[in-house]
Amino acid sequence: MDYVKAFFVGGLICAAVQIFMDNTKLMPGRIMVILVCLGAVLGALGIYEPLIDWAGAGASVPLSGFGNTLYKGIKEAIDKDGFIGVFKGGFTASAVGISTALIFSYIASWVFKSKMQ
Amino acid sequence: MDKNKVSIHDVVSEKDSEKREQKYNKYVKDVTPTHNYVLNTLKAFFVGGIICTIGQGFTNLYMQMGLDKETAGLYQIITLVLLSVVLTGLNIYSKLAKFGGAGTVVPITGFANSVAAAAIEFKTEGQVFGIGCKIFTICGPVILYGIFSSWVLGLVYYFLKMAGIV
Amino acid sequence: MKNNKIVGKQSISFEHPPVITGFSSVAGKKEGEGPLGSFFDVVEEDPFFGGDNWEDAESRMQKMAAELAIKKAKLKPVDVRYLIAGDLLGQLIATSFGIMDLDIPLFGVYGACSTMGESISIGSMIVDGGYAKNVVALTSSHNASAEKQFRFPLEYGNQRPLAATWTVTGSGAVVISQNTSNNSENSEKSSGGNEKKEPVIEIKGITTGKITDYGVKDSMNMGACMAPAAADVIYQNLQDFKLSPAYYDKIITGDLGYVGQRILIDLLLEKGYDISVNHMDCGIEIYDKETQDTHAGGSGCGCSAITLNGYIMDKLLKREWKRVLFVPTGALLSTVSFNEGNSVPGIAHGVMIEGR
Repeated sequence: MDYVKAFFVGGLICAAVQIFMDNTKLMPGRIMVILVCLGAVLGALGIYEPLIDWAGAGASVPLSGFGNTLYKGIKEAIDKDGFIGVFKGGFTASAVGISTALIFSYIASWVFKSKMQ
Repeated sequence: MDKNKVSIHDVVSEKDSEKREQKYNKYVKDVTPTHNYVLNTLKAFFVGGIICTIGQGFTNLYMQMGLDKETAGLYQIITLVLLSVVLTGLNIYSKLAKFGGAGTVVPITGFANSVAAAAIEFKTEGQVFGIGCKIFTICGPVILYGIFSSWVLGLVYYFLKMAGIV
Repeated sequence: MKNNKIVGKQSISFEHPPVITGFSSVAGKKEGEGPLGSFFDVVEEDPFFGGDNWEDAESRMQKMAAELAIKKAKLKPVDVRYLIAGDLLGQLIATSFGIMDLDIPLFGVYGACSTMGESISIGSMIVDGGYAKNVVALTSSHNASAEKQFRFPLEYGNQRPLAATWTVTGSGAVVISQNTSNNSENSEKSSGGNEKKEPVIEIKGITTGKITDYGVKDSMNMGACMAPAAADVIYQNLQDFKLSPAYYDKIITGDLGYVGQRILIDLLLEKGYDISVNHMDCGIEIYDKETQDTHAGGSGCGCSAITLNGYIMDKLLKREWKRVLFVPTGALLSTVSFNEGNSVPGIAHGVMIEGR
């Protein structure tokens, strides 16, 4: 059942973004920024976390989930360390995602060469 | 004739250049073909859904191996990012993106693709000013605005907490 | 003596029309697989052209085209007085690094994808003015270097809208020379103009375009950005020379694509000229829309350059067409001005090419 939920929720988020993209002609870079910020806002409003509990990867894999993670990290850091948490929590929470993307991509640049499409 | 349609006659006969630009843009919009929205949305739904399902599969797998939910989720991210980087290097991710549109941009794999593509493309311009700077061309804004927006929200949370509201 | 060279508002009619004595077309693999593939001199399978990176690849391609055209004109690089060349990359690096070894004085020009028209125009003026016997007009574009500079890294996944064009990998060079042989129009007429004579391709005149901006801000719809510029130049050419569109066998635009073609024909019809029968667009001809997935067509400096030197020259040499108006079109896109919220203005350059 969790696979069905992940498929539908993940699919629906992507479909909604596709409709948005087709109608606004926004470049993918902007779309990614909007999604992350939206995820952080929905996280702050307490909407996103229940969605992740319900849909699992369907809500955590899209970049909005990344935004939610950022906010969640800051909130937890504030609860634990007080004010310094505002500056600490974001990168702590997103460390795994950003580090792996950078490290693997850098290694990939040794192995692969740019190709014509 | 449809009242909302702008004919080329309206454009050419318009003397005010600002209005002419508006009219021309509207006319261009009318004559420019677009992708089939419905089909595009379905493809995005399908591809995005599949990527999330694969992610769920990894989470479940790692949990079966005895990891707690949160750590399993982190390893799931690592796996998806790795897969995306390899598919990018093999020139497969861009073909997938052509088909799946937002379905490949929205998941974390799209983020990884934007990092890997830049790293591979700009390596000819050197380690520091090529890869080093330009690896962030597309993903940099995501990181910046993600961190900034959550910082603002975190400040709000902190002060609300101080005020005893939350 | 009255100067008959200056015609109308924006045009020149050459007193001693320069002739095209050599021309070359170097194409990439995808272009070679397209409908015009068999017309190109060289179809290179290696997208790097033996170089280390995309910019180097484009430079090598440009050098290859220049050397080939000079060779086909039965000249040596020392016989060429000036090179008028340009490309799409910042500071014209494909040109400057490509032609360095040729050791020919250079005028670097930027006209976005209209560079072939601009360089032929300037070259013809130099030759007709008597400042050179032979000049070479040269340009190139490479799909990968253009994508990298103007859009995204190649491996980055994104969907191209249907109005988007595909940058052509290709380079074309044209050798423009003084007509020294004794085959001017009069002598041909006196000899009865028999068909066995070698065909001569002349540049009769030019119409230089203005920067035209109708406020389109969509960099993925370049046809719409450039169509008003093309319409303006074609209109001005017909006005200046007091011609009707039927004077030309073909009116050939550079890279408007399907969207731009439609707009161009609409615009000119509104101004009183119907070119729907004899209009052709290099961007539309160069790829097969159905099988090559190029959407609105081809674009880039190379698009009009290799179509001219491959396909159009072939038609002129075979005398299937006698008079064409060659109008390469350029979208003056810069990532800086675009990000600063500016629109994408267009420019076009008309060249009247006639064979006999």
